[in-house]
Amino acid sequence: MVSIGAAVKEPGSTRKNKTGSWRTFKPILDKEKCIECENCIMFCPEGCINKDYDIDYDYCKGCGICAEECPVKAIKMERE
Amino acid sequence: MVLKVMSANQAIAEAVKLANPNVIPVYPITPQTTISEYLAKFVADGDISAEYIRVESEHSAISAALGASGTGVRVFTATSSQGLALMHEIIFAAAGLRAPIVMADANRALSAPLSIWNDQQDSISERDSGWMQVYAENGQEALDSILIAYRVSEDHSVLLPSMVCIDGFILTHTVDPVDVPGKGDVDKFLPPYKPDHAYLDPKRPMSIGTFTDPNYYMEARHDMELALVGAKDVIAKANAEFAEIFGRTYDFIEKYRSDDADTIIVAMGSICSTIKDVVDEHRDNGEKVGLVRVRVFRPFPTKEIYEAIKGASNIGVLDKNISFSVGGVLHNEINAKMDVKANGFIVGLGGRDIKPTHISEIIEKTKNTTKTTQWIGLNKEEL
Repeated sequence: MVSIGAAVKEPGSTRKNKTGSWRTFKPILDKEKCIECENCIMFCPEGCINKDYDIDYDYCKGCGICAEECPVKAIKMERE
Repeated sequence: MVLKVMSANQAIAEAVKLANPNVIPVYPITPQTTISEYLAKFVADGDISAEYIRVESEHSAISAALGASGTGVRVFTATSSQGLALMHEIIFAAAGLRAPIVMADANRALSAPLSIWNDQQDSISERDSGWMQVYAENGQEALDSILIAYRVSEDHSVLLPSMVCIDGFILTHTVDPVDVPGKGDVDKFLPPYKPDHAYLDPKRPMSIGTFTDPNYYMEARHDMELALVGAKDVIAKANAEFAEIFGRTYDFIEKYRSDDADTIIVAMGSICSTIKDVVDEHRDNGEKVGLVRVRVFRPFPTKEIYEAIKGASNIGVLDKNISFSVGGVLHNEINAKMDVKANGFIVGLGGRDIKPTHISEIIEKTKNTTKTTQWIGLNKEEL
């Protein structure tokens, strides 16, 4: 239920807003091709790729920057 | 009871003094200016302990009012015309955040052409914001409406802001006798504001005014609709208690010799005093003419208006506003919500005088039902 005036009374509620639902194209990483250069981790504007190169699809908006910056083309953008 | 002679602007300032808000951010604008001047004097003289913020614009005035209301205290502001238009963005935010702000609007025409004179286009144009709106007929009603507005706005089942509208110059700058109630009676009627839905307190952190995605927005708007419709019961209860304590009775509408009338004029605000005189003249001539004055415009009193006008064969609705290509707003809302065929008349835009002869002309014209909105009082040579 929405509170009166849509006031948010508990901190951290941004986590509940799964922005991954905005995505049209989904980045798929081929770990065989990956050279672990960390480019995608550093360029991801949402911090959605961790040190093990797992992509957090709950919050990845599908911007495709990771695929663009990958020097070995290990990330493919696939339509959802 | 001691009657004092004062303008409706002073009556409103006296009401604000009695309601004792904590924060008053105002920006002066004709014809509201004396409200902000009276309040500045009350604060300077120590009559009230409110924080008086001299903001740099009306957008800032309502923003400061909303921010202050967000800390959980009682707030008052006032404006008019261009000032209200400049507030527009925050007017919607105040209602959406459910801030029980009370604001006086000195009704004045909107530019262009630039006009400082009266019509009701400014507040009518804010009708979809979620604010409650009351249109007063005189200074006494202006004072009383402020007190009732706080009571209703701050009710935990309502929590929506209120706008008390008074016709610019006609009420703001003319004087009539006003009974200023005693503080004891007002305190009985209007308890201190105790917020529990949303307020900023470091001991109880919360976020208000946040971004809302499509999963929540529509429910928040639906809640506003329920609150505004439900406010009708709260208003009725507040009116009843007000009558008990102060001896003055207010309702959603005022019926003047309309019970057995064949012809009924519907209008809002100060013009109703003129209409009452004209109704009396026609009654003296044996014509069954009456007036229904709409006091509370939001929430819209559909049932009350319909019950009052359904028996009449000729109905004329006066609007001091124009929704271009559609007609007067009150007229169109009455025809849309009720099984009646009312005639619409546009009157008094930009301070054009509405004379008793115009009202008689309107009474005559209601005898032929037409869908065309008629403009009354135009200068034929200027057309």
